Amino acid sequence: MSKNIGVIVFPGSNCDHDAYHAMKHVMNAETTFLWHKESDLSNVDLLIVPGGFSYGDYLRSGAIARFSPIMNSVVEFAKKGNPVLGICNGFQILLEAGLLPGAMLHNENLRFICKQVHIRVESTRSPFTGSMEKGQVLEVPVSHGEGNYFIEEKGLNELEQNDQIAFRYCDKDGNVTKEANINGSVSSIAGITNVEGNVLGMMPHPERAMEDVLGSGDGKLFFDSVFNRLQLA
Amino acid sequence: MYKAKINVTLRKSILDPKGKAAHHALHNLGLNNINDVRIGKFIEMDIRADTEKEAYELANTACSKLLANEVMEDFQIEIEKN
Repeated sequence: MSKNIGVIVFPGSNCDHDAYHAMKHVMNAETTFLWHKESDLSNVDLLIVPGGFSYGDYLRSGAIARFSPIMNSVVEFAKKGNPVLGICNGFQILLEAGLLPGAMLHNENLRFICKQVHIRVESTRSPFTGSMEKGQVLEVPVSHGEGNYFIEEKGLNELEQNDQIAFRYCDKDGNVTKEANINGSVSSIAGITNVEGNVLGMMPHPERAMEDVLGSGDGKLFFDSVFNRLQLA
Repeated sequence: MYKAKINVTLRKSILDPKGKAAHHALHNLGLNNINDVRIGKFIEMDIRADTEKEAYELANTACSKLLANEVMEDFQIEIEKN
């Protein structure tokens, strides 16, 4: 069965083509751009909410995109247990939409950070992390100004208890240190899932780490995992 | 007609890096008696409503649904008659 990947495009998305390239040309999957005014996701098996600056980050990043017409369908799609991946601004949109808990603050050092980082796999429960190993270190790029993940202590405890923390920033050897926590995120969190595990939000960009020629091919693991899971479904 | 004046600020418990940077710069200016700086957003809205209470409630809904993110922000609303 061929898989249909949907990549949502908001006004101001700018990683939509990276995601499209990753899906269409690296993963060889049927891939469609979905303009934010569309609402039909009936042919979609996997949804990517890409990075960028939807609505110019006005008010807060993701705050306005969250009310785009397509978002009602995204919530419905996610509630049915289908895989949804929010990358960077896509993560911020999923937080604003309430599909994932918490919020995003400006990076602690107030700088826009654009570089390769290391993240440690904390949970393999999600369809996107199923082919990874707990403790595995991945190299992926980040590119954001508001990636300082925040959640109250109570919420953090719930994330821990429900095994919702997917990735933490770490050094190249997998040590989670203060220095490796590039943006000041609570508990060094780089990515989380919902309770069910089918929705993953992360600040690093796996879609920009799909080919060794681009510095790292580790991003491919995410899609190998989820494609594998879709195959079994 | 009413006017709503809304202040959205980061919750007290959250470090405000913009405020901290501005605070540092103010100290560099020699304004050493400034002890703390918090930076937020100011939003003004014209509201059509019959009573002040109605206008407040509308502004309150606007804040909690869109203008502020209560995970990290607080808001205060002031209503004035236009």
